[in-house]
Amino acid sequence: MVTGAGVIPLESPAYARRRARRDDPTHAALWNCLDGVTDPEVPVLSLWEIGVLQDVRLQGPTVVVVLTPTYSGCPAFEAMQQDIRAALRDAGHACIRIDVQLAPAWTTDWLSGVARQALRAYGVAPPVLSAAAVQCPQCGSTDTHVVSEFGATACKALYRCGECAEPFDYFKSI
Amino acid sequence: MDDPRRDDVISFSIALADDALILGQRIAEWVSCAPSLEEELALANVALDHIGRARLLYAHACTLAGDGRSEDAIAFLRDGRAYTNLLINELPRGDFAFTMVRQFLVDAFNARYFVALAAGAEAGLAAVAAKAVKECAYHVRRSRDWMLRLGDGTQESHGRTQRAADALWGYTAELFEPAACETRLISAGLVPDRAAFADAWRADVQQTFAQATLVTPKTTWRITGGRDGLHSEHLAPLLAQMQFLQRAYPGAQW
Repeated sequence: MVTGAGVIPLESPAYARRRARRDDPTHAALWNCLDGVTDPEVPVLSLWEIGVLQDVRLQGPTVVVVLTPTYSGCPAFEAMQQDIRAALRDAGHACIRIDVQLAPAWTTDWLSGVARQALRAYGVAPPVLSAAAVQCPQCGSTDTHVVSEFGATACKALYRCGECAEPFDYFKSI
Repeated sequence: MDDPRRDDVISFSIALADDALILGQRIAEWVSCAPSLEEELALANVALDHIGRARLLYAHACTLAGDGRSEDAIAFLRDGRAYTNLLINELPRGDFAFTMVRQFLVDAFNARYFVALAAGAEAGLAAVAAKAVKECAYHVRRSRDWMLRLGDGTQESHGRTQRAADALWGYTAELFEPAACETRLISAGLVPDRAAFADAWRADVQQTFAQATLVTPKTTWRITGGRDGLHSEHLAPLLAQMQFLQRAYPGAQW
């Protein structure tokens, strides 16, 4: 198991901009509430960490949530919206609006260093820039081969490790 | 949007959405009968990308129209004559070679076209296109890879792939013909001119075909009409299957 020790946690500029929005203390309670909502297909990542949740704020009595879908046809997107509504309702908010924001398009650059480590610990290789550098989440080897560019969900590809021979999911870099 | 181009943007969004929905439906027909598990996953994923793209485009049309019509109503409650997809998308899936040659011919076009649409001045279409660009890059990489494997494969796979290319070639002219609404949007500088991609597309295709030991068809016949709602005999059965549930149980929801 690779724990991420020795890996320098680099923040992309895109991630830094998201982080600044998130660190604004005005709506900290709303952010904390939505931290409990995870991706139904990758339950170790919150919607914030995976980059789907862009913003949440109060507009009068209405909670406005801004989401960006990962892939155009991701079937989990509906479930995410239902989970967000449920979490906000449980926190006492009756009036909820979800805005879908397509531009800028979702990118794996929005995944935080913590999110990447969580993915690896979950058994999914995090996105990397070069296909040659895809690292087996089991043994850490980069002797890995693509089996299929499309995996069990839109966001993943199927890989196999040449070192430990284990198949694994790779979170595609887009 | 209160300018005279609004209706054209609505019509063109629906045309692009019809392309994506009909092709997505065709690809999805492979689910449960693809040649291998990995291929089944890949085809299902590509189908989802197309159907998702269709939803975004229908939604954009609905927002602009503001007449209360939903994306579901546009997809499920129109008859064949109202569909404006390009004919190549509606052809039956055929064998695996036919499916992959069609994907390659369409993907090679989309990979260039959506980049230009994403940089276009119509903000709604540009946003959908920007998402599609990344997906198209994946799609064409895979379908191109299959051209090489099938074309330069066995005698059987080569023969089937060449036959598919020959059968499909006459349908590719339509990829480069703007619809009437689209022509006005091109003149207004809102969307790119699809005719401008013909040479680059042909060069891409010829290069891959040559590498795959396939002969670029010399076909001179061409068939068009999809954008005017004039379809092949294959669209109606597809719609009958796709729309059955909403027609039989109006308003049904998950």
